Amino acid sequence: MLLIHCPYCDDTLPELEFAYAGEAHIVRPEDPSKLSDEEWRDFLFIRTNVKGVHAERWRHINGCGRFFNALRDTVSDRFLTTYKAGEARPDMTQLEAAE
Amino acid sequence: MNAPVTSFDAVSVTLLPPVARFNLRIDPKDLSAAASAFGLTLPTKIGEGAQNGDRAAYCMGPDEWLLHAAESDQQAIVSAFDKVRATTPHSLVVISDRELTLSIKGPAAAELLSVGCPIDLSRLPIGGAKRTVFDYAQVVLIRDAEEAFRLEVWRSYMPHVQGILEIATREFAAGY
Repeated sequence: MLLIHCPYCDDTLPELEFAYAGEAHIVRPEDPSKLSDEEWRDFLFIRTNVKGVHAERWRHINGCGRFFNALRDTVSDRFLTTYKAGEARPDMTQLEAAE
Repeated sequence: MNAPVTSFDAVSVTLLPPVARFNLRIDPKDLSAAASAFGLTLPTKIGEGAQNGDRAAYCMGPDEWLLHAAESDQQAIVSAFDKVRATTPHSLVVISDRELTLSIKGPAAAELLSVGCPIDLSRLPIGGAKRTVFDYAQVVLIRDAEEAFRLEVWRSYMPHVQGILEIATREFAAGY
């Protein structure tokens, strides 16, 4: 079972308490009616589907209830870091330097 | 459902009498207003609890608290928070009838809970509480002592949770 660190609870807890919530840092367009059909389709459905480090949203649904973001390696399934919603995506080079 | 669910020497599972429960959502900056309305200083760290007589408060999330009080005090607490609402925005929801509480006591209490709880129970401090899962049912787990827990379960999940605890207790009693 995966162990995930909740940045709000500041605790590392089993995956069963969490729910996956898709890719992170997708900004909703300010004025959707000005978008072309293709741009709107891209916003709704087109995701990066990276092989490697992926920024994604998780929700601590059976805990504090908060959404937060995580960097997870989609190859090894290892969580590199988690951070609160609204914070910028951490710089990978800094993370590697800290390790 | 008032009789003890089941028990043997190492652990007993009992349904507790009703209490008044509230779900409080408030900005942590305004916590002192809530504390004066409830008459108890609310804990600020998720997982921590505070207790004074029959009143208890447990921090469930960054801006969420679970409050417990005697059933007869329910209306008085609602009125006290109503007065606070004029100056401090918050939400107080009475959830007394949403949940039922099981008491799980005995040397094997933690082991019995580990049948359905994925968290490391040894890290749950005495007097603390945590929202977690028990075999896919959302529960609030409160630790009263080293070997005493309370499990708050939504009514509709209760037969499922109780059933698992009953089977596990029988297996424990049989020596598995």
